[in-house]
Amino acid sequence: MQKLGSAPSRRKPSADRIAGAVAAALLVSADFTAIADEGSLRPYTIVRGSIPASLTGAAGDPARGRAIVLDRRLGACLLCHTGPFPEERFQGTLAPDLSGAGSRWSEGQLRLRLVDAPRLNPDTIMPPYYRVDGLTRVGSVWREKPILTAEQIEDVVAFLSTLRD
Amino acid sequence: MRALVLAAVAAAVAAAAAEIAPQDRHSGYDFAGPDTRAMQDDDTANPGMLGVLQGETLWAAKTGAAGRSCADCHGDARTSMKGVAARYPAFEPALARPLDLEGRINRCRSEHQGAEPLAWESADLLALTAFVAYQSRGLPIMVRADAELRPFVDLGSALFHRRQGQLNLSCSQCHDDNWGKRLAGAVIPQAHPTGYPVYRLEWQSLGSLQRRLRNCMIGVRAEPYDYSAPEAVDLELYLMARARGMPLETPAVRP
Repeated sequence: MQKLGSAPSRRKPSADRIAGAVAAALLVSADFTAIADEGSLRPYTIVRGSIPASLTGAAGDPARGRAIVLDRRLGACLLCHTGPFPEERFQGTLAPDLSGAGSRWSEGQLRLRLVDAPRLNPDTIMPPYYRVDGLTRVGSVWREKPILTAEQIEDVVAFLSTLRD
Repeated sequence: MRALVLAAVAAAVAAAAAEIAPQDRHSGYDFAGPDTRAMQDDDTANPGMLGVLQGETLWAAKTGAAGRSCADCHGDARTSMKGVAARYPAFEPALARPLDLEGRINRCRSEHQGAEPLAWESADLLALTAFVAYQSRGLPIMVRADAELRPFVDLGSALFHRRQGQLNLSCSQCHDDNWGKRLAGAVIPQAHPTGYPVYRLEWQSLGSLQRRLRNCMIGVRAEPYDYSAPEAVDLELYLMARARGMPLETPAVRP
């Protein structure tokens, strides 16, 4: 049985319908197990390189998202990325500039890139921010916890969508 | 056509993940700032030299139930220890495994001095290790990859290339694929262990290669290897084999 909250197993991009069925099944089982497992993740559906629906069912808060992006421990985005944050010293040069991210990608595309970027590029260095399975030797304090919560993912999506230039 | 494009992409990905060519290898010294390099270059300014001097005293001190010093067996370290650290980790037949220099020193203590092992990262173990490694300063790293050690080099290589931790990163993704770029403010070096024990300004002390590996593992939010765990020694061995031919700098100074 697939663990509740773990991402649906890898599949061909054309299998969106099956993915929807898997997500629906997860939703049904979630109704039965409710919030008993606190470490469990919200189910989601991938549609053509995107997670169109909010993980929480609500829109995120861009101001909170900005704080998460700039926080070196929480989002830790600027360890690898640069961005339009002239006040921030010591930004990384490992990953694309976040400027214009909201023009390059839709909300759904940003959401999938945060949730589980290796799905799009298996060699990426972008960590999967909302996945707890398929990881190796995770430190005990981080185990079974995603890097960001569903609410935090939505906040970051909302903020990155505002980076239009 | 599509197959050709895919093949080209696959080749490019394979190239990105390849090991650094020998002529492109750089010590962490090359990535350090001028002040840090000057500190390493001047023995009177290099804080790691205090450890080397302390190690010289320990080398001559009688210890353990046998009441024997290192020098009682090995004599003058300047000759007997010359080139030794450049060959570590080395295969220990009794364990059928590689031992790093710290492990060798502690094994010598228990076998020949009747002394308790020194604690990992203790000032005494770091000092003795630094003193022994200092005798190889300037000599090329010559770790063997013979039939006995090869399987452990391969195990270390597998660990180096394995993604791990909550951040899901392998050592190789930073140190092979992205060296020279900046992780926040810090330039990512190539991870050649040319100067251990190293004086790290961030630590304000000497520290071992295993301590450095633990730092990186905690950085990617992985469970670090215990000190002297087989995985830690295998990884040290792989890194030293990867740096073969590069000169030892102990005691190196790093940011």
